Amino acid sequence: MNNIMTIFRKELHSFFTSPMAYIFLVVFALINGYFFNIQFFLINESDLRVLFGIVPLVYLFFIPAISMGLISREKSLGTIEIISTMPILERDIVIGKYLAGFVLIILGLAATLIHYLTLCYVGTSIDHGAVFTGYIGLALLGGVYTAVSLFASSLTDNQVIAFIIGIAIVLLFFMMDKLLFFMPSSMSGVVQFLSTDFHLSNMSRGVLDTRNLIYFASVIGFFLSITTRILESRKWT
Amino acid sequence: MIQIDNLSKNYGDVQAVDSISFSLSDGEIVGFLGANGAGKSTTLKMITGYISPTSGNVHIGDKNIIDDCIDIQKMVGYLPELNPLYAEMKVHEYLKFHASIREISGNEFTEALKRVVRECSLQGVVHRTIGNCSKGYKQRIGLAAAMIHDPKILILDEPVTGLDPNQIVEIRSLIKRLGREKLVLMSSHILQEIQATVDRIIIIDNGKIVADGTSDELISDAQGMTQLYLEISNTEENSIQDMKATLPELNVKKVSKNGENFNVQLEYASSADPRKEIFNHAVANSWVITEMRVTEKNLEDIFRNLTGKIDNGATNE
Repeated sequence: MNNIMTIFRKELHSFFTSPMAYIFLVVFALINGYFFNIQFFLINESDLRVLFGIVPLVYLFFIPAISMGLISREKSLGTIEIISTMPILERDIVIGKYLAGFVLIILGLAATLIHYLTLCYVGTSIDHGAVFTGYIGLALLGGVYTAVSLFASSLTDNQVIAFIIGIAIVLLFFMMDKLLFFMPSSMSGVVQFLSTDFHLSNMSRGVLDTRNLIYFASVIGFFLSITTRILESRKWT
Repeated sequence: MIQIDNLSKNYGDVQAVDSISFSLSDGEIVGFLGANGAGKSTTLKMITGYISPTSGNVHIGDKNIIDDCIDIQKMVGYLPELNPLYAEMKVHEYLKFHASIREISGNEFTEALKRVVRECSLQGVVHRTIGNCSKGYKQRIGLAAAMIHDPKILILDEPVTGLDPNQIVEIRSLIKRLGREKLVLMSSHILQEIQATVDRIIIIDNGKIVADGTSDELISDAQGMTQLYLEISNTEENSIQDMKATLPELNVKKVSKNGENFNVQLEYASSADPRKEIFNHAVANSWVITEMRVTEKNLEDIFRNLTGKIDNGATNE
């Protein structure tokens, strides 16, 4: 645990000693704020479904962008040799880096709570439970996309390539349930279940189903696990 | 303290390290010498657990790198080739990061920081960002990080590459100081560097160990043959090459024309001394010998011979 926290602190420190984290937080807040507000006052409903529709789209680009360097940069700088020859398990390196990326996403998400406060101020009959589960869903979705992007980052020493691979995979998860039309009917159930949007839509309606939680946890666990294997594989190449 | 047993590493079809074995004791400074691509870094990477051997093992005490990689990494301090660092960190933050992974904190870290700052002469840069430090300082920061846990074993991969002569002298004296109480294994392709710093030299070529001993031992081992340099005039190259017919104990290694003269390099078994016969042969053929001297074999000749990098002209061995 000590090693995970050491890697976590190093990565978070690295985010905040460069303009990266600040740019992410400000631009993330502005884009979400803009698209939320231009619709919120038009549809005249006391909920945050508009926000819960926008944030996953913004995630598609922002999360691969902030996570692309987490491992690929270490590879290109050669510092991967430093951390890999310290007495630390690859699993701890992966989890520490993952948590740093995830915390940055949560900070970005926390900034959108201002829209909830606006809703509380101007809205009526607010379903606070749906807002709560919606935010849980967005946090978990951020967790999935961070794990996917960290995996992409472990595949290459080029940050741009990591970014492109990251976007391609998160887009695949995002688009799955929108492509059901092209799928054989026997596969549509499975494909729909694998789609992030399918699980997120349940949560943004206020449903907190264990299946959704297990899905998010499994996808995160799967990608962190194969990222760990990829780091370990350097020993055998 | 370190026992290397039949260590091999293959990269696909390429055998980078070919079943090497050697052992290193406490308090030794050992130079791992070889041409670029000889297998030095690959061997050091296997000892530090960065890559795994294809076969063989590395034992340190009762631990081995395959089963106890983390335990071995706790015992070793490692400075990789090119010394990668986190340029955005301050020096003390970087050292704290290393200490934290090695579970050194609080007062223990404060003492460790003081020790490595003193030993590596980092007093002026502790609060500076690493990216703003000179190359010499960066090298010492890398060394300080490798030493933060006061390891008994230090493994340094090309520790002076890219440094200017003053920085090389500084790092060399630091390594010598460290070698008084630690086992230091350092690699280099620069012979003079190794010769000036270490107690023992291991030469590796094409993944195999071709020599192991002190610099004096390696030289005396190679002293079986004596080199003789001749400068002759009033002759032809063919006549010089034919000298072997009269004096079969001689090996004509190189003949080159220098104006009216010929420069000739000869080699013969040290047990014989055919200089009188050479002189008589020259007189009999009306050659004029303007210079004759025995040349000492140095470590560079031995290294070049052993690693196949010797260029002896037309008569390359």
